[in-house]
Amino acid sequence: MAEATAEYKVIGTRPIRPDGADKVTGRAIYGGDMRLTGMLHGKVLRSPHAHARIKSINTAKAEALPGVKAVVTAQDFPVAEDRIANLGEMAVNVKLLSNNVIAVDKVLYKGHALAAVAATSSHIAEEALGLIEVEYEVLPAVLNVLDAMKEEAPLLHEHLTTTELGQKTDKRSNIANHMRFTLGDPAQGFRDADIVIERDFDTATVHQGYIEPHNATALWNEDGHLYLWTSTQGAFVVQRQTAEILGLSVSKVSVTPCEIGGGFGGKIAVYLEPVAAVLSRKSGRPVKLIMSRIEEFEATGPTPASHIKVKMGVKKDGQIVAAEASLMYEAGAFPGSPVGAGCMCIFSPYAIPNMQVDGYDVVVNKPKTAAYRAPGATNAAFASETVIDELAEKLGLDPLDMRRLNGAKEGDRRVDGPTFPRIGYMETVHAALEHEHYASPLHGPNRGRGVASGFWFNVGFQSTVVINVNADGTVSLVEGSTDIGGTRASIAMQAAETLGIPYEDVRPTVAGTDGIGFTDVTGGSRTTFATGYAAHEASLDVLRQMKERLARRWDSEVEKEFEGQAERASVQITPDDVLYASGVFKCAKDPSKTMTFKDVSAQMARMGGPITGRATSQPRGIGGAFATHIVDVEVDPETGKVAILRYTAIQDVGRAIHPSYAEGQIQGGAVQGIGWALNEEYVYNTTGNMANTSFLDYRMPTTLDLPMIDTVLVEVPNPGHPYGVRGVGEVPIVPPVAAVANAIYRATGKRMTQAPMSPGYILSKLNE
Amino acid sequence: MAIVFLSAMLQPLTGGVSQVRVAGRTIRTVINHLEERFPGMKERLLQDGDLRPDIAVAIDGELALDGLAESVGEESEVHFIPPISGG
Repeated sequence: MAEATAEYKVIGTRPIRPDGADKVTGRAIYGGDMRLTGMLHGKVLRSPHAHARIKSINTAKAEALPGVKAVVTAQDFPVAEDRIANLGEMAVNVKLLSNNVIAVDKVLYKGHALAAVAATSSHIAEEALGLIEVEYEVLPAVLNVLDAMKEEAPLLHEHLTTTELGQKTDKRSNIANHMRFTLGDPAQGFRDADIVIERDFDTATVHQGYIEPHNATALWNEDGHLYLWTSTQGAFVVQRQTAEILGLSVSKVSVTPCEIGGGFGGKIAVYLEPVAAVLSRKSGRPVKLIMSRIEEFEATGPTPASHIKVKMGVKKDGQIVAAEASLMYEAGAFPGSPVGAGCMCIFSPYAIPNMQVDGYDVVVNKPKTAAYRAPGATNAAFASETVIDELAEKLGLDPLDMRRLNGAKEGDRRVDGPTFPRIGYMETVHAALEHEHYASPLHGPNRGRGVASGFWFNVGFQSTVVINVNADGTVSLVEGSTDIGGTRASIAMQAAETLGIPYEDVRPTVAGTDGIGFTDVTGGSRTTFATGYAAHEASLDVLRQMKERLARRWDSEVEKEFEGQAERASVQITPDDVLYASGVFKCAKDPSKTMTFKDVSAQMARMGGPITGRATSQPRGIGGAFATHIVDVEVDPETGKVAILRYTAIQDVGRAIHPSYAEGQIQGGAVQGIGWALNEEYVYNTTGNMANTSFLDYRMPTTLDLPMIDTVLVEVPNPGHPYGVRGVGEVPIVPPVAAVANAIYRATGKRMTQAPMSPGYILSKLNE
Repeated sequence: MAIVFLSAMLQPLTGGVSQVRVAGRTIRTVINHLEERFPGMKERLLQDGDLRPDIAVAIDGELALDGLAESVGEESEVHFIPPISGG
């Protein structure tokens, strides 16, 4: 199974993951496993209303219940500053972040936290929640982006005014931000076009659906130091957010990341950590909080619902000459949807000379949205890729040929301005055209084949890696990147490759904020790229130190050999004379002098002491990712149900460090995208209550619903990384919704303009 | 001199000018020169003497990592764009 290439010995192989045994035996420590002496169990009181003013909260009865040790409300939290802070991967308004963790004067969505209890058992805590008396003034709720943008819409925030094209205005509105990107002359482009298509699209609110719920255990020690154990995509981001909300210095907060059972962007913002901390401070004991699935849906951050208008113009020869879009994204209860990224992605797979994209960040009475794999890009691609498909049809072009004609290449400019470096979009289109799936016939009624493409930037950010050399020639690698999708392996493999030692000789460990230097979240498809970069650099640091020590040793040996002779000066051995390959050091000036990596490791104590390689990275050279997907569907005309018959996901991965994990990321992203396309949505009643808060009713695809997702790894190495790595984890969720929509069109003759394309929606389209 | 691309979100300050050649070997001096030509630009781009957290700078397609100290080449392209994060 594991095969080395001529170029690399470790990279490209498929070894067993270092954390595999612990996970399959159930021994891995997740947040739910935390047990501390004297630990209390916490529960959070959440709003039953989508929009209401909090007139009063009376906690006296709850506090009097035997077994209750602490009850907290916003009064127990510091007043947060109204300012933008850089909290790791994101710029966040501290006040709004705090107000999402615990409501101050208004609740802005059903599930909004407004009090919490710590008790000796979770049952007592639950009972105590029922004793907290809250008086509300219920306000009208607004649950849809288009409704929220209306002049007469109920306002969520009395002081929120629209930022219009970068300028603060005094216009009170639910529209937090209107942004615009322009390239060329769109009006002239549309005048030059032979065919123009304009369509509107809607997408629903969708959850990441990670299996492990949010959890946090806090111990606010008597010495004023706060310890947190949690499930997170980044310990340092939890540290920063919690410190900001609680008015602490970051050095007063230690965060230990437990194993994580999925995140997909949903485990970056904090929800429970500050609450557990304040409960711990008040009770004087450690406190653990775990969300239920209902809380997950109602009170964490889904990805936004959206309304998108797309207009594209094309010449008869197939060249796209103009494109416009307006993206209206629901931010949830507080500003900050990923509409900016959606705007910057929507037309990025194409070289279009004239473009304008407007984005609107709009607050609604739903949970504050959070990142979800390529945040904002899937909604956008659904719209643009459906219109591209329709344009191709009108021109009589194969949809992949349409993409081949217009696809973005190195040097082409995105709508937000920058030009692309070396990218592999066209390679994915060519691979799709040549794939057996695309060439195979698709017979039978009600069946159709669709294709779509997608783009995601990927990011770099900051990482730290420390490599300690052991006396037996193995190394211990310490990293700050939590391992969601196999990055212990992918980082260890890059270290092993650089060190010239077997993968099995690298033992990776994920450390918390006290055990490693600053490291940003595992997200943005950055970890194998940026932390891998740091691992490579730390490995070079180890080899540099070994070479220096060997040079000293061998030079001293030469000194002895040439004692008293004039020739000595010409045979000095420096670190540059020490060569290294395949685990063996050699002296360039004396081939008889060799030493293995293991030998040096064993003799460290007599060669200058312990060897530790260290590196931090904040790499440039980020390689953007492109994907092209092919899907075959069958639509049941009586029920509207869509069956996925075959699915092939093709992606430029740069260099696949561990191909199985790259394939796994692609399969996972495609499956989540298919769920988004066909079933997943937050269903609300008119008062803002979510009606489907369980996995029984919020329908995610299972293995029984889908065929094997075939993957094709296109490798266009990223010149900005020593091993050519691009991120792989996010872009596979971008094309699926559009690809499925285009396949359904081929099966039914009906264009899909809404996601999810649930049976009811498809039946309504069939009956038009 | 570097070419600074002024996006639609900066054009309210530039009277619709979308590109301008500006002298400066760092982003700091580029912004200083922009301010001379388009008053209000500093306030729009800076917070507490540093780049605003919700603004990123791309130079020749690469995100700048050294903030205001980032080097700008004689023929560089400079873009002020929203920061990208991810899931």
